[in-house]
Amino acid sequence: MTQTTTTADSPRAIRLEARPDGVGLVTFDVPGASQNTLRPDFGADLARVCDELERNPELRAAVLVSGKPDGFVAGADLDMLKGLTSVDAARQMVEAGHRALDRLAGLAKPVVAAIHGAALGGGFEIALACRARVLSSSKKTVLGFPEVRLGLLPGLNGLQRLAALAGLQVALDHGLTGKNMSPDKARRFGVAADVVPEPILVRVASELALALAEGAALSQPRKSPPPVERLKTLALEKNPLGRRVVFRQARAAVKKSTGGRYPAPGRILDVLETFAKKGFEASRAVEAEAFAELVTGDVSARLVGIFFATTALKKDTGVDDPSVAPREVRKVGVLGAGLMGAGIAYVSIDNGIAVRLKDRDAASVARGLRQVTTLLDERVKKKRLGQGERDQKLALLSGTSDYSGMRQADVVVEAVFEDLALKHRVLAEVEASCREDVIFASNTSSLPIGQIAARARRPENVVGMHYFSPVHKMPLLEVITTERTAPEVVATAVALGKRQGKTVIVVRDGVGFYTSRILGPYMNEAAWLLTEGCSVDGIDRALVAWGWPVGPLTLLDEVGIDVAAHVGPIMVGAFGERMQPPATVQKLVEDGRKGRKNDKGLYLYGAAAKELGRGKHVDATVYGVLGLPVPGRRHKEPYPVEEIQRRCVLQFVNEALHCHGEGVLRSARDGDIGAVFGLGFPPFLGGPFRYADTLGAATLLGQIEALAERHGKRWSPAPLLVEMAKGHRRFYG
Amino acid sequence: MAATGKGKGRAGGGAGNGAARSGKTKADDADAEAAASRTAKGRSKAEAAAPAAEPAEPRRKSAAAPKAEPSAPPPDATTDAAPNAAAKQEAQRAASASRQGPDRIAIVAGLRTPFQKAGTGLRRLRTTDLGAAVVKELVQRAELDPREIGLCVYGQVVPSVDWLNVAREVVFGAGLPRTIEAFSVSRACATSIQALTSAADAIRGGQHDVAIAGGADSTTDVPLKVSARLRDTLMALQKAKTMGARWKALSGLSARDLLPGVPGFSREPSTGEQMGEAAEKMAKLNGVTREEQDAVALASHQNAARAWADGTYAAEVMPVVPPPFDEVVERDNIVRDDATLEALAKLPPAFDRRHGTITAGNASPLTDGASALLVMRESKAKALGYTPLGYVKSWAYAAVDPGWQLLMAPVFAAPVALARAGLALGDMDLVDVHEAFAAQVVANLKALGSRAFAAQHLGRSEAVGEVDPDKLNVNGGSIALGHPFAATGGRMVLSTLRALGKRGGHHALLTVCAAGGLGAAVVLEAP
Repeated sequence: MTQTTTTADSPRAIRLEARPDGVGLVTFDVPGASQNTLRPDFGADLARVCDELERNPELRAAVLVSGKPDGFVAGADLDMLKGLTSVDAARQMVEAGHRALDRLAGLAKPVVAAIHGAALGGGFEIALACRARVLSSSKKTVLGFPEVRLGLLPGLNGLQRLAALAGLQVALDHGLTGKNMSPDKARRFGVAADVVPEPILVRVASELALALAEGAALSQPRKSPPPVERLKTLALEKNPLGRRVVFRQARAAVKKSTGGRYPAPGRILDVLETFAKKGFEASRAVEAEAFAELVTGDVSARLVGIFFATTALKKDTGVDDPSVAPREVRKVGVLGAGLMGAGIAYVSIDNGIAVRLKDRDAASVARGLRQVTTLLDERVKKKRLGQGERDQKLALLSGTSDYSGMRQADVVVEAVFEDLALKHRVLAEVEASCREDVIFASNTSSLPIGQIAARARRPENVVGMHYFSPVHKMPLLEVITTERTAPEVVATAVALGKRQGKTVIVVRDGVGFYTSRILGPYMNEAAWLLTEGCSVDGIDRALVAWGWPVGPLTLLDEVGIDVAAHVGPIMVGAFGERMQPPATVQKLVEDGRKGRKNDKGLYLYGAAAKELGRGKHVDATVYGVLGLPVPGRRHKEPYPVEEIQRRCVLQFVNEALHCHGEGVLRSARDGDIGAVFGLGFPPFLGGPFRYADTLGAATLLGQIEALAERHGKRWSPAPLLVEMAKGHRRFYG
Repeated sequence: MAATGKGKGRAGGGAGNGAARSGKTKADDADAEAAASRTAKGRSKAEAAAPAAEPAEPRRKSAAAPKAEPSAPPPDATTDAAPNAAAKQEAQRAASASRQGPDRIAIVAGLRTPFQKAGTGLRRLRTTDLGAAVVKELVQRAELDPREIGLCVYGQVVPSVDWLNVAREVVFGAGLPRTIEAFSVSRACATSIQALTSAADAIRGGQHDVAIAGGADSTTDVPLKVSARLRDTLMALQKAKTMGARWKALSGLSARDLLPGVPGFSREPSTGEQMGEAAEKMAKLNGVTREEQDAVALASHQNAARAWADGTYAAEVMPVVPPPFDEVVERDNIVRDDATLEALAKLPPAFDRRHGTITAGNASPLTDGASALLVMRESKAKALGYTPLGYVKSWAYAAVDPGWQLLMAPVFAAPVALARAGLALGDMDLVDVHEAFAAQVVANLKALGSRAFAAQHLGRSEAVGEVDPDKLNVNGGSIALGHPFAATGGRMVLSTLRALGKRGGHHALLTVCAAGGLGAAVVLEAP
């Protein structure tokens, strides 16, 4: 009864099946791929199917579906985009894409997109070019423009089509943030004509397509927006003055959030502003130009690089031997119900892993339970989580003040106080009360895992799992292996971290591992700058301007000045003068300054801070403690901003290279991901190794050597850097 | 063959009242024969002697594979010993079932929440929350792989309108595998006894090997009723499509209809009597004095306080942290270690102001709490490496006319359960009587010890027996601990089995009276 008009011998990404009810079923199904992406032949494929659809007199309408079980179309193929090296070639590709979607949008026979799973980027844009969209009510179904996160913008007129359907503000919001639109939202915005259970998706879409072919009008959303919303739309979008307000505000917000370092949001605004002022046609040229510039630019290249790295890490088992498989983890024991312990418990139960949370008494456990529950309740309040889902997650969590219930644990993560004797004690307790093969993971951020494992009866089961605080927000997990850690144990820790939603890098054991170690000389350098007469806020401002989320001295307060003072000598002991801090830190500790934790650090906290109004305020008494003059109103930093930035950043980069040279890292990729996701290294610079490549090894070495001349042994270039400079080598091809 | 089957069945490792069901190993047969010969000599002696042969026995053959009983059932030697027709009938049933399996019903672990006076420490937890909390922690402490569990039988007494099957909600709330099937039971105050015996039935019937049994009640979270008129109006409103229809639906309503109604279950629907009134009646009918009642209450408090002081309850009660997680509830809050007869004597009667003897001090209060037991087939428990707390040997339920003596049914159930166990009251090392009211405890004990009562009501020529006060409610009872209706049975089973272990005893009898004129009795046996 049905016939497939595409030739069977060459599988195409898009095929048309003429169904007896007069509906052409257009199936997007990229051969040999797990998900659909837009590839170079996409335009030609689509045009061919449009031709077939038009030519076939039996067909009155069409439905566009995905041939993949759980995804619609994930967007443009990033490898294809990466291959675009010239602005012209990029512009031509975008323009070809515009024409392909014009063809789809201009068909006389209505095409309805039936969407189950994610329709992102180009996938969303194809759907927007259809006459209407019907969405499955599945949780997997989302729409969105993630391009901005890769330093790009939607290049197939999706912004404009979304603006036309749902209004400028919706298009701005989704274009600038890259956030997902749920089926419910899509229905409310008028983007979806209907939201139905997945099993009847194609049927409903077909019926709609046929009805549209008969000239029926699209149904309106069940609920019209509240009056306030309608007024707002009227005031802000339906007149030129209001639109100007909208764009002015948006530009100000973009400038503030990007610091001018990410070009994509500004170009997204350009496209939409042109669309609003001059119409669709005019905006298309702006879009093509902007896309071509962005896709060939550095920022996008680095963001895409990070994306590729995280994708690769998702597939990486963390061990080199492909025969090693992780053990199954059903239950995790967490020792210590403090901030970290509760955070680890939260990311575990949130992803379906049962947790037994232990602390010394019921009241301490209760604090942990409260923290986890609060995090879940916040999501319920924001309607991101149903009450029932919340209850199911909490059902996986239980607390104890002894080791009962730990025998079923496959992994025990300790998050007790950073004290070697205590770590040894809990390790012995775990070995005594848990299963023989239990994996003992330490969440220490400073103690070498080898020292902890030294007392283990089964050191092959001891591994480091260094989470970052706050655990539920920080995306990185640093897994630390000792020489004795069994590969299977490493793979299990990595797999567990991934299930907890983390990006996981595996590093070799040593003082400070990777992340804490490269932070050391960076923060030291800031302290040195301070002793040389720079102001606290001047240093922080310089590095925030460079792209860090916070400055190094703010970070010092957050990490804890006492912690830094404790770790400092250990680092010097392990790595020598390179890690030498000035006496500053010790003086601050002696003055009782621990940072945010005791509301006393380089900055003011609590009531004292509030008195001075919003924002952060330096505690001016710090200078006196350090024997330095308090910077006055007319204070001028002794060094230019660039110098401050360079000194801190190069220490960071140099130490990362030291690590890599010593084999702490498995790859430069891991080093970049660790710095970006764990420490907040500016993503648009790609990471310390990417940055070294950008500068060039020789230039970098020259700068470090120059600094060494001026500041002495604190600056010692990584042997790896010297080698790379000699061989004119790069970390990335 | 009932008693023989059971007496020896037990001696030979038979299960519960299924003693006779035991397909025994060869090793058992010697015991069986010995028991059979003892039985021939005279029942009570034989039974008194039987336990001596037993203690080490279950472990000895832990690894032995069950075998079908090779020989025909022994001759029925119980006619003379059978206390009544029911027991005889049961014996025959048991005999016919004797080839089905050797396993006893093992209680592997148990746990309860602290029992808290209604509206206090646990007020923020609903019945399902209480049940889920205790079941979750029970499974954790038992170090049990939750995938081993096949069944959850759970109960609540105070009804709830937010779910239909509390047992299933408890499975979800405890984070257990969703493949665990679950059903809810209700037998008023004997609800968790019912949960236990239903689980035991499922195990004996070969349907499951591992079950959770228990019950929970929030007497704080009591659903309030709307008047019938308001309910009808609301239903009509839901259907009304036009303003006119809505107005019409509303117009019949008066202010009085908006008042919430008292839930009907606080009185016996069949008699209109409150349970306290029924107990008051029983006190008068059985000549129970205020002093006797206050003495029971005092012992209850003293024993319960001692059990807390000596660490007994610390091992049976889990700490609960209700939202917002700022306070840990660790202990029962009704029991007093400073209770005195003088203080109890000062309390005014609660139900009959002029001639009454029942006070707030000698009755069990409204209480929030939950309990749970981990129940397994004996062989399964051993295969998983557990040493059970003990076994359910037999049980019986009985019922009386609620208009007669509402709380007297345990006296009818006890001799049947004992007969099914092949034991007499005198063989019990411990007796645990649920204390709904001290008056009921005294009335029950008097009836058990009364030959006249036995003759008139139980069809026996001899009294069921006297209960040694030193063996009675040794860790306190519902008066001092409180009585979350559906949780009490689980609490009694757990506490009694542990006390039995501590004292080196062999058998214990539990009785529970329940609304509607129901009574339950269970015979437990130490491992």
